[in-house]
Amino acid sequence: MLDVAGVKSLDDLYADVPEAVRLRRDYNLPEAMSEVELRNYFCSLAAQTPRLTCFAGAGWYDHYAPAVVQNIIQRSEFLTSYTPYQAEISQGTLHYIFEYQSMMAELTGMNISNASMYDGATATAEAAMMCVAAAKKANRVLISATVDPKVLRAVETYAHFHGIDLQVVPAKEGVTDLSTLNSQLSALNDVAGVIVQQPNYYGIVEDFTGVADAVHAQKALFVVNSVAADLAVLRTPAEWGADIAVGEAQSLGIPVSFGGHGLGYMCVNEKLMRKMPGRIVGLTRDNREQRAFVLTLQAREQHIRRQKATSNICSNQSLMALYVTIYMSLMGRKGLREAAELSYGGAHYLAEQLVQTGAFSFTFPDKPFFNEVCLTYKGSHSVDAIIGYCAEQGFLAGVKVEAPYNSPVGDVLMVAVTEQRTRGEIDTLVSIIKRFEEEQA
Amino acid sequence: MSNYQSGLRYSESHEYVRVEGQFAYIGITDYAQHALGNIVYVDMPEVDDEVTAGEEFGAVESVKAASDLISPVSGTVVEINEALEDQPELLNQDAFENWIIKVQMSDPTELDELMDVEAYKAHCENA
Amino acid sequence: MNNRLYGNLIFELSHAGRRGYSLPRNSYQHTTAELPAVLLREKEAELPECDELTVVRHYTNLSHNNFGVNDGFYPLGSCTMKYNPVINEEIASIPAFAAAHPMQPVKYSQGLLRIYYELQQSLAELAGLSEFTLNPCAGAHGELTGLMVIRAYHESRGDTARTKVLIPDSAHGTNPASAAVCGLEVVEVKSLSDGTVDVDHLRELLAAIGPEVCAMMMTNPNTLGIFEPRVLDITAMVHEAGGLMYYDGANLNPLLGTCRPGDMGFDVMHINLHKTFSTPHGGGGPGSGPVGVRKGLEQFLPYPRVVEAPCNPSVGDGGSLTPNGESFIVDWGKAKGLGLLPLGGKATGKATGRRPQVGNGRVSGCSALWDALLAKNGRERAFAIGTFFGNFAVIIKAYAYILSLGRENIKHVGPLATLNATYIKHRLKDVYELPIGGLNKHEFVFDGLKDKSTGVTTMDVAKRLLDYGFHAPTIYFPLLFHESLMIEPTESESLETIDSFIAVMRQIAKEAKTDPETVKTAPHTTPIGRVDDVLAAKQAILTYRKCNNGSHA
Repeated sequence: MLDVAGVKSLDDLYADVPEAVRLRRDYNLPEAMSEVELRNYFCSLAAQTPRLTCFAGAGWYDHYAPAVVQNIIQRSEFLTSYTPYQAEISQGTLHYIFEYQSMMAELTGMNISNASMYDGATATAEAAMMCVAAAKKANRVLISATVDPKVLRAVETYAHFHGIDLQVVPAKEGVTDLSTLNSQLSALNDVAGVIVQQPNYYGIVEDFTGVADAVHAQKALFVVNSVAADLAVLRTPAEWGADIAVGEAQSLGIPVSFGGHGLGYMCVNEKLMRKMPGRIVGLTRDNREQRAFVLTLQAREQHIRRQKATSNICSNQSLMALYVTIYMSLMGRKGLREAAELSYGGAHYLAEQLVQTGAFSFTFPDKPFFNEVCLTYKGSHSVDAIIGYCAEQGFLAGVKVEAPYNSPVGDVLMVAVTEQRTRGEIDTLVSIIKRFEEEQA
Repeated sequence: MSNYQSGLRYSESHEYVRVEGQFAYIGITDYAQHALGNIVYVDMPEVDDEVTAGEEFGAVESVKAASDLISPVSGTVVEINEALEDQPELLNQDAFENWIIKVQMSDPTELDELMDVEAYKAHCENA
Repeated sequence: MNNRLYGNLIFELSHAGRRGYSLPRNSYQHTTAELPAVLLREKEAELPECDELTVVRHYTNLSHNNFGVNDGFYPLGSCTMKYNPVINEEIASIPAFAAAHPMQPVKYSQGLLRIYYELQQSLAELAGLSEFTLNPCAGAHGELTGLMVIRAYHESRGDTARTKVLIPDSAHGTNPASAAVCGLEVVEVKSLSDGTVDVDHLRELLAAIGPEVCAMMMTNPNTLGIFEPRVLDITAMVHEAGGLMYYDGANLNPLLGTCRPGDMGFDVMHINLHKTFSTPHGGGGPGSGPVGVRKGLEQFLPYPRVVEAPCNPSVGDGGSLTPNGESFIVDWGKAKGLGLLPLGGKATGKATGRRPQVGNGRVSGCSALWDALLAKNGRERAFAIGTFFGNFAVIIKAYAYILSLGRENIKHVGPLATLNATYIKHRLKDVYELPIGGLNKHEFVFDGLKDKSTGVTTMDVAKRLLDYGFHAPTIYFPLLFHESLMIEPTESESLETIDSFIAVMRQIAKEAKTDPETVKTAPHTTPIGRVDDVLAAKQAILTYRKCNNGSHA
């Protein structure tokens, strides 16, 4: 091979690299591991990551997925292919992305979905950029303080660097303060978009009646970020009058996997089709008069528009889109609904049990919640101590609440229940917390 | 081979203007539609929008390319060619017949800055 | 495929009442019916109702219409389609990893945090830089993050005039797109006829706009597979002008074992783990685009960060989770104000992408508090670019790859990838047009067939390759040539595979003369033929509902 390549050594292939930058030593890395050693090493690391029975949420939920899903996404034809540039040998990928787009459109009630994005936080940030791109002059985006702080941070970051004026709509008793939003909308003449979340960070299902009209009266776009699985039951972004529906679809059965991979979804109404970032698959025909699928509307994208593209994004979370497509194919609308009911019922049961212990009270009494709820700790220790104690018993009791834009809400535990948690596990968690309180007393 | 039409004014970015009194019919040239290939979408402004000479007022998209539309004159959009919404391929069929927007000009002297057909032809052939 | 039973959409296989799941019995008293009606969806989602076997067959059959690295040679230029070792899949799916919640106490995530930390360190060594974040989810996400780091650095020095990014005209489209998202203006640097950066043009640009230059983005080897011979001059000139150098890691593979971006003077870079470090591309994602910085820029990396447990308890998770002998902790940036207060301050750049900047990029809400925090912490801006730590499952696979190659093997990756590419180039250059001579690295570009008289285009060659069971190279990029055909074999491939690819490429060149019609109408053996992408873009049918005119069957 060297002869054909016209060189005497591998080194000669790099004769054009200045000697000053040639690496003339070995990397300071461990020696190669055999497959046996590799497996042992990672198993030893897994042992340092003991499995906890998960009642934590905060935007990232431990849902059930049928065994089929994991099995099929491991098929190498899906796993080891790349972007479906060559449609003739990529119909597998293109076909399932078309199904994914159809399902997400159904779930959100919107007309159009893209092929998926990195995660819910970046999808929301992309929505903010879409708002100002769609508005010719307005450059301000309002975002509710009840949006997940992790999402807020990403939107703040993108807004800062992209040059969007981002303004926070305050929260009142755990929900978006709609009267302040309305006065902000009427006082400002440069609002391009308004972003809210449903259920919000605190688990509360907010009532957005009238918001879309107020937003549209200012010629701004209404963006609703939702936990995807909850839309099986909850009023859809389309029904709230949203122009853009975004969020995290990890809840559609994707394992929590220490926060990744997730899947950001984005759906829009038809008017915004050509302003949407990300890949899109469309229906067409081939030269044999067969139905076929192909990447389309590419004139929006970076490889054609360069700095004028709708976004810099070029990949999607394709394999995770396959994941949720298979998940939704198996669950169907009835399965999604059943799972949602189990989550709802379990969360309300757990909340009542915890309040009955006397150690907790509802942080936002009278506010409807779905499968996650904030409970204010009234005992003598701290939420951190409870989480630590329960973890010793193999239970992740929940997440301590952040309240970034509010006056502190106190020491609050946020618990989430999915259909994966049994009633027995809920009872055990409650008894562990009772024991903790007794030991503290 | 591209067609060139006399009696129109042309911009370097391949838009033409057909002047009728105070109105300007603006479209893309035959040369431009050739370069783009099969046109699949025309992004147009709305009636009553202001356009400014030298600034973007829309875009034309084919499958593999996209090109911004730069207004050769300033003024107010009084009409858009709605037929292009459903049949963008009309631009491929006859770019000069199918104008994109009709503008009421605010400063007709801007027309003097544009090329005549001979100058435009030379511009394309040197490209 | 569509003539076969399984060419249907899953919606078309739906039968009311069928189900493919099994959930526990619901014994709870509360139901969603108790929610106010206004909060419940009115219109049902029309999702398919299928039994498990139908779903299994549907997606298994769909997979047969796909082509992956495991199916055959995949010389897609610029994408580094190397083999994805199976053991890495097994390791990433260890149940304890998949079940770890990102918000659980760090004491219970030590194994995962160690993987994150050790991969950070390994990448720093491989790149010649100081520190990495693994949070970006893809290469383009990494580019954007890297530019944010650079802007944050300039802002920290109070230098608000640097709003321009220099980008060679041969660059991938993501570079200018990322710059625009980051609110920066793109200035193109011309290429010479051999595809390398025109250093004289760069010098002119720096003389004209030096104080406004935020950074220069470069891919090296460039998009033609050519090592930029004057890279040291370029980095020195940009540094002299006060800008930073950004390295686009798309083409990092050939450098493994031979040289490091940090040693060439690059300050910030991203790595595509799905290219250079063998994690599967997954049909277009999930990827991972870690960003590294040289010493002195570490404080500008995004949060959350995985750090070694400090002796100083003031660092870390707000001090709320005291280390109990943990080795690693998560720093959510709270000490720097992240998540406690909005980012504030005036944006320094103009968003120059598609429209003039009208606002000032100010984030308001608690600006007085923010100003106080700025006064306390200096001008360092804490930021976050995603939800958690990026695509963690990808991170695990990349680290497993590095450990399995180890010090003694990883150094061979670059030279062997370059040898494979160079061998192909020389064996085909008599029948395919080689526009640029000299050395190439891991990939190279042909400008179509040498004999242009047959009318057979690069598109035709690419489609004909599919008939022979090979994936096509990257086509019509870079734009420098009309008939670009960009070939990247990677180091994974054996001589036998490469020789069979060469034989087929020569066969196609021969067919172009003897039977051009067959080549021009290819592919013939694939599940579908060439698609009408004009129709797709014009009709824009993007959902099942739309193809059924608004209703489900």
